[in-house]
This record gives sequence, structure tokens and C-alpha cells, in this order.
Amino acid sequence: MEKTYKRDFSTWREVPIGGIIPWPGTTAEVETHAWRAYRPVINQDKCIRCRLCWVYCPDAAILEVDEEYTTPSGRKYNISYRVDLAHCKGCGICAYECPVKAIEMIPEER
Amino acid sequence: MGVNKPIKVLWDIPREERFAPGHSMCQGCGAAITMRHLAKIMDKNTIIAMGTGCVEVTTTLFPRTSWRNPWIHLAFENTAAVASGVEAALKALSRKKIIDDSRRIKVVAIAGDGGTFDIGLQSLSGMLERRHNVMYVVYDNEAYMNTGIQRSSATPYGAWTTTTPIGTKLRGKPQPKKDIITIALAHGIPYIATANIAYPVDMVEKFRKAYEVDGPSLVHVYSPCTPGWRIRNEHTIEVARLAVQTGVWVQLEIIEGEPRVTIKVPRRKHVRHYLRIQGRFRHLTDSDIETIQKMVDEYVEKINKWVGEEAIGPVVE
Ligand SMILES: Cc1ncc(C[n+]2csc(CCOP(=O)(O)OP(=O)(O)O)c2C)c(N)n1
Ligand code: SF4
Ligand code: SF4
Ligand code: SF4
Ligand SMILES: [Mg+2]
Repeated sequence: MEKTYKRDFSTWREVPIGGIIPWPGTTAEVETHAWRAYRPVINQDKCIRCRLCWVYCPDAAILEVDEEYTTPSGRKYNISYRVDLAHCKGCGICAYECPVKAIEMIPEER
Repeated sequence: MGVNKPIKVLWDIPREERFAPGHSMCQGCGAAITMRHLAKIMDKNTIIAMGTGCVEVTTTLFPRTSWRNPWIHLAFENTAAVASGVEAALKALSRKKIIDDSRRIKVVAIAGDGGTFDIGLQSLSGMLERRHNVMYVVYDNEAYMNTGIQRSSATPYGAWTTTTPIGTKLRGKPQPKKDIITIALAHGIPYIATANIAYPVDMVEKFRKAYEVDGPSLVHVYSPCTPGWRIRNEHTIEVARLAVQTGVWVQLEIIEGEPRVTIKVPRRKHVRHYLRIQGRFRHLTDSDIETIQKMVDEYVEKINKWVGEEAIGPVVE
């Protein structure tokens, strides 16, 4: 998809009539990672795949993916959770709510 | 239909995100969690009428939008009026066979507490009274957040806002929160519920039911605001959960006038647990907190009497 920020809106003629936005879901192009001071890191071995971090994230930045994973102790999972680092704002809700403390917030270094 | 079976466990919530990230809501925003899950239960053709406020300005910065549905930007006071008009127009178009009348297009109205309890109350009342087939969702962050934390009639007693400052005369908001549920109830509508982001299964199931109802429905969602409530970003869910555990907020569902508490709290926590983690209540003295505890006790007693059982128990810790 052509990125909306690359469009030319330099005069009113380029703006859709009525100021409508015919490009659904396009804020996804906006990266909000720079808001972050801390980054969540998920420990895949500790994670019990309870889904809570996914459900509580305000920025849909915990991704639920169909990726199999076997822990060193032999537990097998069909799904995994990953952090969408382009959109995570580092609020820390996921780490705070994780029942097994599988998420650590580490200082972001830029 | 977005979701065609009851939401009973966390795994019933659809994985698909219909509300895009990259919006500019604050870190830890409760309303963002509300919107994410609300969008999950909608059909692709659902029409959203949105009153201005935080969610509206942070999700539709031209030329982008977080929404994947037809969505209308509104003024502050007319959310329910526009939603009513859209619903009436859909009916007329279907009657005239301009749109296929087997196609069911739902209208969902969304507004903040200011846009619902205060300036939009008149248009909301009209919409409920005329029995428009609209699902109305009010995300309640207990003040006018978008314009800089001014008090609304949904702001609770004692809370600091920029228009209820802390000084020698005024110690936060002197009036209690308005009861929007009883106002909605007075209209005799088929479905009314209170929901809370800390209880996602209950919340999404209520969204689904309110969406399915043929006629007006109202869902009042508790949505903490990190800068406005002066809370830590990671405490959003914790505060929402404490609201329920202390009885400040009761999870209700009222179907055809019949009330029920969906999340029972047999052993209640003292309200100080809820107040002490929020900066907006930092000025409260122990005696102020006792005053609020008495208000909560009265509210809980009223609810228990109404639902005919001890749904919310005594304070134990
Ligand atoms: C008639 C009118 N008065 C004032 C405003 C400015 N205004 C825009 S949003 C808003 C407050 C919204 O409060 P609320 O509905 O609680 O939503 P929140 O921002 O808290 O999410 C105000 C006062 C307006 N848009 N229209
Ligand atoms: S830190 Fe906040 S924004 Fe980032 S993934 Fe966790 S809950 Fe989502
Ligand atoms: S909350 Fe913790 S245990 Fe649950 S899925 Fe997320 S990382 Fe895993
Ligand atoms: S001010 Fe509050 S309600 Fe508004 S976006 Fe920020 S956290 Fe959300
Ligand atoms: Mg508000």
C-alpha cells in the first residue's frame, strides 16, 4: 500500500472532498517507539501463554503468533507472544499484569 | 457478524485487530484498551458515530485513521443525534430498496463522559426515547481529558481536576458522580451495562450483547486515564481492578429492566486502596477517605437491594 505520508497534500485540491480519510487503519504506518523509555522483553521459557499481556495492551503491540515453541524443560506451545517494537509505547502494563513475571522492562538505549 | 458466539473465556476474544495501533493516545491509556476490544466485535460495515474527545482526536489525525469502519467525526454534543439520523437513513434506504434490506448495518455511537453525561445528554435521551437501533458506548475517564482535565458530571467526589483545584476552600470536586445508568434505565431501553477494562471477558461479552440487541443499548465503560488521574502508566489495569474490588464501580447488566451483577465481590477492599494509588486523590485526609468509604457503602447497599442479593460483600481489608 502506498504510504499516506508520501501523498501530496500541498494544496486543497489534493485533499479528499469533505476531508474524509479513505485509507482505513493507516495509523499503523506511524511508529510510536520513540515514546518509549523502557522496552518489554518476554522470556519465552517463563511465559505460560495466558494471553493477558495481549489482551491488556493499549497499543496492540503484543502480537499473538502461531509459532511453536518448546521450552528447555520440554513444555510445548503452539503459540508465542512477540512485542511489536514499532508500536510499543513502553507503558509497562504487560509486565505489571503478567502473572508469572515473564516480561521484563529494560531501559531503552538509543 | 463480528463475533457470533458468546465470549466466555479469554480465548473467545478474536485475535484480529480492527483498531490499528500508531494512534496517539497516551502510554497506558484505558480508553485505547476499550476501543481495541470494542472494534473486535463489530462487522466490517458497522457505522461508527464518534463524539469529539480524546479518542476522536488521537485516532484520526489527517491523513490517517486507526479505524477500519465507516466512521463519522462529530461535534461534542450531537453523537446520539447523528447516530439516530444515520440509523433512520439506513432504514429509509432499505425501505426504498436502495440498499439490500437483508443486509443488517449496525450503528455504534461512541463518546466520552463529558460528551455523554454533560453536553450530549439531551441528544442521548432523544435517541433512547425514540428507540433507535443504536449501540451507545460511553468510555468514562471521569473528566474532559482532551481539553486538559476539566471536571465533568462523571468526575467522582473529591477528585482533583484543573477546574476543581486543591486549595483552602475547595478540596477537589465537591459533588458526587452522576448516575448515568439510572438515567438510561428511566428510558426503559432493552440493554444497559457497565463494563471495565480489567475484566475483558465480561466487557467484550457485554459489547457483543449490546451490539446484538435490536433497539437502543448503552454500555458504560470504566477507562482510566494516566495523566488525568495522575497514575503510573503500568497501573491502568490495577486501578480499574481496584475500582471493582472496592465497590467503587459495580459490574452491572440490566436486560429489559432486570438488573444483575456480573462480577460479584464477596469480600470488598477498603476504598483507600483505590484512592491511594491515584495522584488525583493525593490531597485526601483520612477523614475524607472515610467520607468516601461511607458513600461507597451506601452505593453498595443500594445495588444489593436492587439486585436482591448480597452481590457485593462487606469490607474485609
Ligand atoms: C460545544 C463544544 N464545546 C467545547 C468543545 C471542546 N471540547 C472538545 S472535546 C472536549 C472534552 C471531551 O470530554 P469527554 O467527552 O469526557 O472526552 P475525553 O476527552 O475525556 O475523552 C471539549 C470540552 C467542543 N468541541 N464543542
Ligand atoms: S509496554 Fe505497554 S505498549 Fe508496550 S507491549 Fe507492553 S502493554 Fe503494550
Ligand atoms: S502475560 Fe506473561 S505469561 Fe501471559 S502470555 Fe504474556 S508473557 Fe506470557
Ligand atoms: S489524556 Fe487520558 S484518556 Fe486521553 S489519551 Fe491520554 S490517557 Fe487516554
Ligand atoms: Mg472524559
